[in-house]
Amino acid sequence: MNEPVRAGAAVKLESVEFSYGETSFTFDVAFVPGEITAVMGPSGSGKSTLLNLVAGFEMPQAGRVVIGRTDVTLEAPANRPVSMVFQENNLFSHLSVEDNVGLGCSPSFKLSTAERDAVGEALARTGLDGKQCRLPRELSGGERQRVALARVLVRDRPVLLLDEPFASLGPALRDGMLDLVANLQAERRMTVLFVTHQPEDARRIVKNMVFVENGAVAAAGPAEHFFNGGGPEAFRRYIGSENESRDVARKRT
Amino acid sequence: MARRDEQIVLPHPTGTPFSGWSEKGVPTNRFLGTLQPMHSTRTSDPRIHAGIIALAFVTLLIGGAFAGLIAEGARDMSGAYAAFDGYLARVARFTLWQAILSTLFSVLPALFVARALARHPRFFGRDLILQLFAVPLALPAIVAALGILALYGRAGYFAGFLSELGGGTWPGIYGLSGILVAHVFFNLPLAVRLFLEVLHAVPADQWRLASQLGMGARPAFRLIEWPVLRQALPGVAGLVFMLCITSFTIVLTLGGGPRATTLEVAIYQALRFDFDPARAVSLTLLQIGLTLVVVLVLARLGANTTGDANLQVAPRRYHSVGKGEALLNVTLIVLALAFVAGPMAATVAAGVQADLGRLVMEDAVRRAALTSMVLAFVSALLASVLSLALIMARRALALRRSGQGRTLLEHATDTGAGFVLVVPPIVIGAGWFVLLRHSSDVFALAPVMVAAVNAVMAMPFAIRALRPAYDAASERHERLCALLGISGWNRLKLIDWPPLRRPLATAFAFAMALSLGDLGVIALFGSDSVQTLPYLLLSRMGSYRTEDAAGLALILGAVCLVLMLAASRFGKEASA
Repeated sequence: MNEPVRAGAAVKLESVEFSYGETSFTFDVAFVPGEITAVMGPSGSGKSTLLNLVAGFEMPQAGRVVIGRTDVTLEAPANRPVSMVFQENNLFSHLSVEDNVGLGCSPSFKLSTAERDAVGEALARTGLDGKQCRLPRELSGGERQRVALARVLVRDRPVLLLDEPFASLGPALRDGMLDLVANLQAERRMTVLFVTHQPEDARRIVKNMVFVENGAVAAAGPAEHFFNGGGPEAFRRYIGSENESRDVARKRT
Repeated sequence: MARRDEQIVLPHPTGTPFSGWSEKGVPTNRFLGTLQPMHSTRTSDPRIHAGIIALAFVTLLIGGAFAGLIAEGARDMSGAYAAFDGYLARVARFTLWQAILSTLFSVLPALFVARALARHPRFFGRDLILQLFAVPLALPAIVAALGILALYGRAGYFAGFLSELGGGTWPGIYGLSGILVAHVFFNLPLAVRLFLEVLHAVPADQWRLASQLGMGARPAFRLIEWPVLRQALPGVAGLVFMLCITSFTIVLTLGGGPRATTLEVAIYQALRFDFDPARAVSLTLLQIGLTLVVVLVLARLGANTTGDANLQVAPRRYHSVGKGEALLNVTLIVLALAFVAGPMAATVAAGVQADLGRLVMEDAVRRAALTSMVLAFVSALLASVLSLALIMARRALALRRSGQGRTLLEHATDTGAGFVLVVPPIVIGAGWFVLLRHSSDVFALAPVMVAAVNAVMAMPFAIRALRPAYDAASERHERLCALLGISGWNRLKLIDWPPLRRPLATAFAFAMALSLGDLGVIALFGSDSVQTLPYLLLSRMGSYRTEDAAGLALILGAVCLVLMLAASRFGKEASA
C-alpha cells in the first residue's frame, strides 16, 4: 500500500470532475513537490472539496488524481500516500494521546518497539512530552492539533493536507503552530496543501498559491506574486485591502 | 499591475500549465471516469454487509409468516372465504370500537394532566410522578392486568366499596370496561409524557413574554399551549390507537368471552382452541389491513410510533398560577396519579400476600424463570446486534452517496425495522404456526420463535436508543478512520465500541424487559415443556390459582422494572 513515493511527491488533479447535488467542481491543477502551497478562496468555492478529492474522501466522477507517479483515483484514503489534519475531530476522544498517535503506525494498536519509539519521538518533537496518557478533552485546542501533527510524523507520508487546522486558535498560538508545520515540512520535505482563510498564515510559511473560485482553480503561482498585487482581481477582492486583512486575521473564525 | 498578470495563468478551462511548475496532464480516461470508479473499491464496507444480513433476517421472519398464511389461504380458499362471516365482522367492529374509546379516554385527560404538570415545573415529588408514569412502558401487560383485577375485580380491594356504591354485588370488570381501564392505565401516562415533552419544547422566551404581558391561564392556554398541543395531538392519538388496536394480552386476560374479543385474540383462539387455520388466515389478513391503514395515516401525520423512555428535566418557567387553577391542577394530577399508581400498588399488595417462598422453590416456576431469562437475553442480544447492523449500514450508505438520492437499500435500512410495527407479533407467530404445524413438533420451535420475534419487536426501540449515538460518533470519526485505514473489526472494537457501550446497554436492557414480559408468541407456541413466566402466569390465572398468579406478577414486574431503571440510568449517563 505504501509505495515508495518519497519526499516531495507531486500532487496532480487532471480534469477532475466532481459534483455534490447541484454544485459541480472541475479541478485541473498540479502542486509543487516538496513545498507548501496555500489553497485559498471564498467560502464554498471548493477548497475543502479539492483536499477531500486528494485525500480520497470524495471520488471524482471523471478525471484522475495522481500522486507522485501513481494514479490513486481508485485508492481508498488509507492507501494513499497522504496525511490530513482537519479543523477539529482529529483525535478519537476516548483514546489517550499516545494511542491516538499510535494509530498512525497501525490501525489495530499492534506496535513494534521501533514504532513505539517513533511515537515517543514524535510526541517530543511536537512538544507533547509528558502528556502521553492524557485524553483529548484534557488538552487545549492547540495541543490537540499538535497530537494530530505528531501522528502525521509517525505516518510519514509524502503529502500533507491541512484543512484550516488552526482556524480556531488564537493569533500567537497559530503562529507557533505554523512555525512547527514549517519546521516539520523542512525536515521531511513533504508536499503540503494548506487551506486557510488567513493571508497572514500564507505569508508566514507558504511558497505557492492556488486560488479557488466557483468550483475551479482560478489562478495559481508563487505566493509572492499574489501578495504583491499580482493575483487576479478576484483574489484581491477576496483578501481585501492590506489593513482590512489584518483586522480579519485577528478575528477568530 | 496588468503586466504582472502575465505570470498568472488560468489553468482551467484553457488547460494551459501555470507558472512554469505545472505540466500538461495525461489525457484523462473519461470513459472510465464516468463509470463511477467508487464501486470498484468501496462496495466492501463490512457495515453494509452486516446491514444486509440484518435486513435478510427481518425479511425472512416476516416473509416466512406471510408465506405460511398465503399457502394456507391458497390451500383452503373456500374455508378462508367462509371465515368472513358475522363473527368476524363482530370481532372487527369490537376491535375498532375498544381502540377508539381507549384512545379518547387516554388522550383527552392526558392533555389536561400534562398541562397541569407543565404549569407547575417545580414541586415535591414531580420527578417521582414522571418516573412512575414511565413504568407502564416496561411493565408487562399481564402484570398490569392482574393489578387491575386485584383492584377492581370481583374479589378486588375495591369490590366492597364498589358494591355498596352500585347497590348489589360488584360484577367485576371483565369485558369492555376492563379493557378500557387497562388501556388507559398504559396509555394515559404515555400520552402525558409525550404532551409534556411538547410543552417543555415551547421556548422560554414565549413564557417570559406571556408573563410580561400579564397573560392569565386562559389566554396562555389558547395562545401558547393549545397550538403546540394541537400539533402533537394527531400523532399521540394515532400512536395510542395503534397500541390499542394491536393489544393482545390485555384483551386475552380482561376481555370476556366472544362479545369482547379483538382480532388478535381471535387469531390466537382460532389456532390454539378451534384448530381452524383458514379462519386464522382471514383474521390475520384483516388485522394486517387494519394496522396498515393506521400506520399509513400515522405516517401522514408524522407521528413517531416508538415512544421514548427518557424525558428531559423541566426548564425554568415564568408562570404565575392563580389559586383556583392551582387547586384544579392538583386535583387532576392526584387523580391521574391514583389511577396509574393504584394497579401497581395492588400488584405489590397482592403479590406479597402470596406464598413467595414456596413459589420461588417450585420447580415449574424456576424452569419458567430460567427459560424467560435465557430467551429474553438472547432476544435482547439479537435485537441490539440487528439494530446496530442496520444503523451502521444506513450511515455507511448515507455517507457513500454524495448529494444523490437515497437508494432502495438505504431506505430499507432506515425504515425497514419500522415495518414490524405493521405486523404484530401474534400475526408473525400465527403465520409461522400455520406454516410449521405439519412439521413434527411445532411447539419445540417455541424458543426460536419467541427469541426471534421478540427481538424484531424490540428493534424500533433499540434503534432509537442507538442511532443518535452512532451517527454522532461517526460524524466525528468517519474521515479519520478512512484516513488511518481503521475498518471492520478493528474499528468496531477500538473506535465504535467505547461511545456505543452505554446506548447499547440501554437498548439491551429495554429489549430484555420487553421480551421478558411479552405474552404474544409464547401464547401460541407455549406448551408444558416450554414455558416462560408470563405463560406460567396465564395458566395459573386460567386454573384460578390467583394467589400464585399475583406472586408471579410481582416477581415479573419487579424484574422488568429493574431492567427499565437500568436502561434509563445508562441512557442518562450516555447523554451526560
